[in-house]
Amino acid sequence: MKVELLWWEGCPSHPETLEDLKRVLREEGVEAGVDLVEVESDEQARRERFPGSPTVRIDGADAIPLEETEPFSLTCRIYRLRDGRISPTPDPEDLRDAVRRTNEHR
Amino acid sequence: MNIGDQAPAFSLPDTSGEEHGPDGVTVVAFTCNHCPYALGWHDRLLQVARDYDGVTFLAVNPNDAERYPADSFDAMKQRVQADGGWPHPYLRDETQEVARAYGAQTTPDVFVLDADGRLRYRGAPDADHRDPAQNAVWLREALDAVVAGEDPARPQTEPVGCSVKWR
Repeated sequence: MKVELLWWEGCPSHPETLEDLKRVLREEGVEAGVDLVEVESDEQARRERFPGSPTVRIDGADAIPLEETEPFSLTCRIYRLRDGRISPTPDPEDLRDAVRRTNEHR
Repeated sequence: MNIGDQAPAFSLPDTSGEEHGPDGVTVVAFTCNHCPYALGWHDRLLQVARDYDGVTFLAVNPNDAERYPADSFDAMKQRVQADGGWPHPYLRDETQEVARAYGAQTTPDVFVLDADGRLRYRGAPDADHRDPAQNAVWLREALDAVVAGEDPARPQTEPVGCSVKWR
C-alpha cells in the first residue's frame, strides 16, 4: 500500500494528521510507511491536484472524497468530523475507513 | 507590537461600506472565510461580541483575494448576508496595511486593546479550536481584566491558525 501525506507549510495541521495516520495504519496491521510530499507553489498544487493541506492519498486516491468544486491551491483544507464539527484535519475514523477500503480491494 | 505598546489606529470598511476602527476597549480579530481554524473558532468569537456590550469588536479579513477568491470582499458580504448579519462588523483590509501594522500571523489572531489603545492581549481565543466548550476563555479572561482596568493574567498566547495570505 502506498500512503502519501501532502502538506503545505502555511497550515500547522499536518503533524497531527501524520500521527493519526501512523496510528491507524498500525492498528489496522498495515506495514506501509508514509511518504511526506511538501507542496510549495500554486503551480505544484495544480499539478499534484492538491486541494489543500493536509491531504492523504492511499494508492493514489484521496482518502477523503473531494468536493468537485474544490480548487487546487496552497490552502488549508476544511474537513468535517463525524459529529459535524469543522476541523483542519480529517476524522481518524475516516482515515481508517479509507485504509480498510483499500485493503479490501487489493 | 508588544504588550503595552500603542496599537495603530485604522479605519476600514465593513461589508455594508461603513468605516470602523478601534474605539474604547476593542477586540481586533484577524480572520477569514476559508481557514478551518478561523471557522472552528467563529461561533465562539461571535458570542464574545454578543456578550461584551460596550466593547468594540472588529473582525478583519486581510487575505489576498486574488489568490484566495473565497476571501474577496464580495465573498465576505455574501457570508455575512447568508448568516443574517453578524453582531460585529467584518472589515476588509485590502492593502494588508493593518495586518502588517499589527503583526498578524494567522487567522485567527486576536488582539485586545484597552481604552487608551494599548495592546493588552494577543493570541488565540482559547486552547482548542475544535472544542466549543473552551468558549474563547483566554479572550474572555483578557477582556474581563481590561474592562476592570487590570492587566490580564495571561497577556499573550501563541496564535494558532492558517498563515495570513500575503500578496
